[in-house]
Amino acid sequence: MKPLLRFQEVSLGRGGRLLFEGLSLALGPGEALLVTGPNGSGKSSLLRLAAGLLRAEQGQVERSQLALADEHLALDRELSLGRALAFWGKRAGAAMDALGLAHLTDVPVRLLSSGQAKRATLARVAASGAPLWLLDEPLNGLDAEGADALSQLMANHRASGGAILVASHQPLPGEWRRLELGA
Amino acid sequence: MIGALILRDLRRGLTGSAWLPAAFFLLVATLVPFAIGPDPQLLGRIGPGALWIAALTAALLPIERLIEPDRADGVLDQLALHGVAEEIVAVAKIAAHWLTFGPLLMLAAVPGSALLGLNPQSLARTLVSLWIGTPGLAALAVAAAALTAGLPRAGALAGLLLLPVAVPLLIFGATVAGSGDNAALSLEAAISIVLLAGAPFVTAAAIRAART
Repeated sequence: MKPLLRFQEVSLGRGGRLLFEGLSLALGPGEALLVTGPNGSGKSSLLRLAAGLLRAEQGQVERSQLALADEHLALDRELSLGRALAFWGKRAGAAMDALGLAHLTDVPVRLLSSGQAKRATLARVAASGAPLWLLDEPLNGLDAEGADALSQLMANHRASGGAILVASHQPLPGEWRRLELGA
Repeated sequence: MIGALILRDLRRGLTGSAWLPAAFFLLVATLVPFAIGPDPQLLGRIGPGALWIAALTAALLPIERLIEPDRADGVLDQLALHGVAEEIVAVAKIAAHWLTFGPLLMLAAVPGSALLGLNPQSLARTLVSLWIGTPGLAALAVAAAALTAGLPRAGALAGLLLLPVAVPLLIFGATVAGSGDNAALSLEAAISIVLLAGAPFVTAAAIRAART
């Protein structure tokens, strides 16, 4: 089966410092990879590279349609949450339900708490309908209930043939292939 | 997608501070008679040029909110992930910026020309020159905004970047407004088209280069 994400002998440096080199990986439907490593080891850069927002110094990256949740909210502050999410995907309603945001549909994005904003960022990814999800520190700012909702959401996504690449320094529930950076 | 982007920027522009450049334009036009004196002949002669200077300075005001908020909030990244080319984003931004900037400026030019004592023919020529010149000015503003996005003191820097490049537009725009010269009109239109054609590529390259 064709992988949703494939790195072939990829090297990436930032600011004259080599973060990793000769990295190869493949992520097929239903698979999930957890990237761990200390701060500054290049987890976020790996995700941005996978997303195509950074260019590899060497090697090739192939990717399918994907969605990225990083520290940026990328939702219009003045709109209601429902309308702001609808700009990015057709499944906004289902995504808000899955992350416990349904009661906030009409609330302007600028009024969300930081935890709610984190859930909204994840809902933006879920709403996109993309088969490949890239999540950067998805547990940051989430409460226990939010973390449960997220693991349920990720399990459903994998069960329906999606793939997930997560960068996190916190342990995630479930079975994960692991990649340790900067070790 | 480009339609949705234009609508989004229009909504943000019109609910935000779209009236600010027009008000600034009018204010500068008001200052000219105070600085030059009330001699109607003199004002009539320098009026069209003064309006163009007012238009140029007014074009600097919105620069900081054209690209930087979307860059800082990750919207530009998300658009790229949705397969929207940066050039398309740039075209949408230019179109939306002109729509919130050009017509209001031309509207403000009507009372502005009255303050300078311009006659109706002069006002008509000024409106034509603004109609042709403001799209180029909007394109230039978006490109300057993209080139300075994320930099400290971006607003001042963008002004330094924009004003020299806008000089040809100013020369021919003010000539059209002053004398209605047909050759100047063609040249102004040509410059405006060159700016409109080039700005999306400059903007797109700047957006890509600003990614870290």
